[in-house]
Amino acid sequence: MYTQGLDIPKGDKSIPVEQGDSPEAVRFQARIDADEKIEPKDWMPEGYRKTLIRQISQHAHSEVIGMQPEGNWITRAPTLRRKAILMAKVQDEGGHGLYLYSAAETLGVSRDELVDQLLDGSAKYSSIFNYPTLTWADIGAIGWLVDGAAIMNQIPLCRCSYGPYARAMIRICKEESFHQRQGYELMLSLSRGTAEQKAMMQDAFDRWWWPALMMFGPHDTKGGAEGMKSQHSEQSMKWRIKRVSNDELRQKFVDVTVPQAEYLGLKVPDPYLKWNAATSHYDFGPIDWDEFKNVLAGNGPCNKKRLKVRREAHERGAWVREAAMAYAAKKAKRQAA
Amino acid sequence: MSRKEWPLYEVFIRSRNGLNHMHVGSVHAPDPKMALENARDAYTRRGEGVSIWVVESNAIAASDPGEKASLFEPLAEKVYRHPTFYDIPDEVKNI
Repeated sequence: MYTQGLDIPKGDKSIPVEQGDSPEAVRFQARIDADEKIEPKDWMPEGYRKTLIRQISQHAHSEVIGMQPEGNWITRAPTLRRKAILMAKVQDEGGHGLYLYSAAETLGVSRDELVDQLLDGSAKYSSIFNYPTLTWADIGAIGWLVDGAAIMNQIPLCRCSYGPYARAMIRICKEESFHQRQGYELMLSLSRGTAEQKAMMQDAFDRWWWPALMMFGPHDTKGGAEGMKSQHSEQSMKWRIKRVSNDELRQKFVDVTVPQAEYLGLKVPDPYLKWNAATSHYDFGPIDWDEFKNVLAGNGPCNKKRLKVRREAHERGAWVREAAMAYAAKKAKRQAA
Repeated sequence: MSRKEWPLYEVFIRSRNGLNHMHVGSVHAPDPKMALENARDAYTRRGEGVSIWVVESNAIAASDPGEKASLFEPLAEKVYRHPTFYDIPDEVKNI
């Protein structure tokens, strides 16, 4: 998931999209066109390397920040079963962050550089984690909708041209299915509960539906009327980093999720939503891209808090990292003596 | 605050006895013992392995993809190393 921030805005010149026509560049594109995987030490255009570093690290940061909205419900989970499940899920998010940092590091960037970019605010992470988790039903909504959208987005990434990223995504996708199912099951138990529990479920759904649709990023097949479509997106397709358009993935998500919502007795908060027999898809209303841009720009309900918590955790861990290094150095010295 | 990054370790996992250890990714750790523990937490949360190897990434010598031709192509020419290179009449069995 979590890769929408990578839709690099128009006018951003920090990543070159031209790869030139040197013999290496021509050979590189031929390998991509033949669906060969690119591995860490292979020749690659600078733009390919930079695009991947940005995308994979944003993805990693999203996983790490994504531990917060759910983590703050661990102590308030209603049963031991739910608490154990939630802890396992949050631990998975941390693990996914680690797989992805590991993949990014194969491109010649250090972990510290990436962490610094997150902490100083220069790196983006998915806008979805800047929304608050107000009730227990939000935990169900996140698992079902946010992880559901993530799976939709991540499955094509398993076929990404860069080997280490593709392999990390395969590992992640295997684990995401548990995340989505536990969320839906949580919603299912609320749907069989009291009127208040049902109302809580509908409220959570109302608040997460649109942000979940925004997770797929700006329109890229409808002419880019919002002015957010960029040539980077086309180049990412050509390099097979990105393999399916944002709009196709979003449509697929709506098509599979609406029947699941109906099963729970939920009403989709979109007056324009209706089945279109001619296209065999659901039509849905316009997305509020101003809200999306605003949250991505740092003005969402929780942006400041998320970064603050992350920075504090990093600073509080500093003495542990230093002590462990000092201990390892001392032990090595003793062994040498 | 000092900014010395923990060394990088490559992680190899044997998914079950009878199979080779396979490279799965990397972890940062101050020493091999913690590298093993971190690898256990990061890469085997669902019974993915029965054995883990970690080795400091700096200790790995790797071939250069640019030298792929000079390293591996001479072997492709030695077709007589493959059993199918030899014509044996159909009447001859069990060979």
